[in-house]
Amino acid sequence: MRWRLSPGTEIDGFTLLEHLGTGGMAQLWAVTREGDPTPLVMKIPLLVDSDDPLPIVCFETEQMIMPRLSGVHVPRFVATGPLEPMPYIVMERIPGESLKKHLDAVPLPWPEVVTIGAKVAHALHDLHRQHVIHLDVKPSNVMIRETGEAVLIDYGFARHERLPDLLAEEFREPFGTTPYMAPEQVLQDRADPRSDLFALGVMLYFFVTGKRPFGNPRGGQIRRRLWRDPVPPRALAPDCPPWLQEVILRCLEVDPQDRYATAALLALDLENPAHVKLTERAARLERDGGVKTFRRWLKARKAQPLEAPNIAGQLSRAPIVLVAIDLSSGAEDLAEAQRLMIGRILSIEGEARIACVNVLKTSRIAVDILEDEEGRSLHVQRLVQLRHWGAALDIPSERISYSVLEAPDPAAALVDYARRNNVDHIVIGARASSALRRYLGSVSSQVVAEAPCSVTVVRTPRDRRMGDISGEFA
Amino acid sequence: MLIALLTDIHGNREALSACLAHTRLIGVDRLIFLGDFVGYGADPAWVVDQVRGLVDKGAVALLGNHDAAIDGSDEDMNSVAREAIRWTRNQLGLEQRRFLADLPLIHEEGSVLYVHANGYAPRNWDYMSGPMEAIRHFSRVDAHITFCGHVHVPMLYHMSTTAKVGAFSPVGDNDIPLLPSRTWLAVIGAVGQPRDGVPAANYAVFDTARQTLRYLRVPYDNATAARKVREAGLPEKLALRLEEGR
Repeated sequence: MRWRLSPGTEIDGFTLLEHLGTGGMAQLWAVTREGDPTPLVMKIPLLVDSDDPLPIVCFETEQMIMPRLSGVHVPRFVATGPLEPMPYIVMERIPGESLKKHLDAVPLPWPEVVTIGAKVAHALHDLHRQHVIHLDVKPSNVMIRETGEAVLIDYGFARHERLPDLLAEEFREPFGTTPYMAPEQVLQDRADPRSDLFALGVMLYFFVTGKRPFGNPRGGQIRRRLWRDPVPPRALAPDCPPWLQEVILRCLEVDPQDRYATAALLALDLENPAHVKLTERAARLERDGGVKTFRRWLKARKAQPLEAPNIAGQLSRAPIVLVAIDLSSGAEDLAEAQRLMIGRILSIEGEARIACVNVLKTSRIAVDILEDEEGRSLHVQRLVQLRHWGAALDIPSERISYSVLEAPDPAAALVDYARRNNVDHIVIGARASSALRRYLGSVSSQVVAEAPCSVTVVRTPRDRRMGDISGEFA
Repeated sequence: MLIALLTDIHGNREALSACLAHTRLIGVDRLIFLGDFVGYGADPAWVVDQVRGLVDKGAVALLGNHDAAIDGSDEDMNSVAREAIRWTRNQLGLEQRRFLADLPLIHEEGSVLYVHANGYAPRNWDYMSGPMEAIRHFSRVDAHITFCGHVHVPMLYHMSTTAKVGAFSPVGDNDIPLLPSRTWLAVIGAVGQPRDGVPAANYAVFDTARQTLRYLRVPYDNATAARKVREAGLPEKLALRLEEGR
């Protein structure tokens, strides 16, 4: 059935207002519904005059996945209509343009690229936590809200780990946008959330250098990225700092194992350049030589698509663990007990990233004196102590970071840090319960009550004994 | 409306009780039983009485191959199943046997088909055990959605507008949209004798308004069910299956 679509046409209670554009597989209309003041957009797949089943399957995929997504990083789903008589999806209209608008302005100043990259990484982590891999991350599929958050649009190629993957079952060819497609996607593996990190790496590379790392290949040329590494960004854009090259090239690793384990870890590095551990990647100024490339080519010949998706598993293998450490004197036994606990967590979760945090409590009203009598910064002293605490853990420096927060309300500061950095687990020490502590309230109980993630409260062996004796179980 | 789909109870009182309690907990509106009420388990009479009572209150119950074998031939069955059927015959009274014998093979509501084994030849008990079998079903059955049991392991097959068939192994507690653009064959796992390595009972809930299907697992007292199988003198293998879920 062919529908004449024009402004004023009504479809299931939605009135078409303005034709916003037509993409490869769908047209977009601004629509309105009586009694609904929010701006809406209707996506209508182009199914007419086509023997190609791809637009239908992409539409079905979006129809399955979109209603299940929530949060600020996705467009709010409103309604959908079946293939007959008229397929459509109505969703919230995100004002503004996609990142595509930057395409004419590349290369962009690198600090701007870092800001964009961190926003997109946060959005991807939120999506992955909802069991979805996007699989078509590119500038035209990222919008930025007026409030600053990145929004990922277009779920036609996406994969939901708990729903049938209609694309994989219908077709035997790789999907995605060729310049951005991860090597494993080329091999038709649609199961790895780290594919989205590769695509984001391509985007960052493109924005920083003005060139696409793998060009715009067609046909069999797509496979080249399995063995041919891109020209290092600093060779094209000398002002790109080494740490940013490190981050970008890590995203572009052929083997997903060599990339960031999660988008949250990528966001953490983009927002904390000082934490980025520089490797040989940061210093590289030319592409790998023939021997190395040839070895990768040999490996690529044997590469096979893999396993069933395990997005939740991948995320949980590399959790961000915040350990909140009290550095005051008399708390040494508690800090030791926390180190034991972190050691246990590390022995189970091999890729865990540890964020050691101490809060320097500031006064709400008075001007704080943040130096001791000898003029040494308390902040720096705390940092030194934190590093000393962490050194005994014996894990690679890129997997542990140290931060001293200055705040009047330590619990609120910890909870806020956890929220901003996608922390999965907080480990915090606590003293045994006492009448006074119950009256004053403790930092740990406030963190337990307000944290957005799991919290482990650690007590010392001595306090555990005292609790037994007094019969208190706090 | 929420429709609970329960199949392959096989005389397992503990598993059926747990599933029925669960349906009440989540507020299911309607029960549809896809057959095989007896065979294998130690409480066939109790199960038949329960289901009869529920059918009187509006539930739908369909015929399974084990139910048909009570008053029919058991020659096609393997030795363990045959031994269980012969034991079961002695446990059932005339009324209970008549109830089983009178069960219908299929039930249709609009474009939704309910059946024990398959939609194209319900009485030959062909198993929908893989994509090839699903293709056979899709090529001969018009229903938009078909629910069946018989295989004991949950699986969801679907066919696209271009007749490509996909298979999906469902994970629990998850609403799967049965899109109107596809044809669906949902194999519901067994209540009373799970075989996918998980001892918990299977059933599923179909939300007719939202057109979504949710596969559920309900842990039950399988140790008691297994003990009763042994006490009844039924084959040891049947008790082990309940303990291990395979």
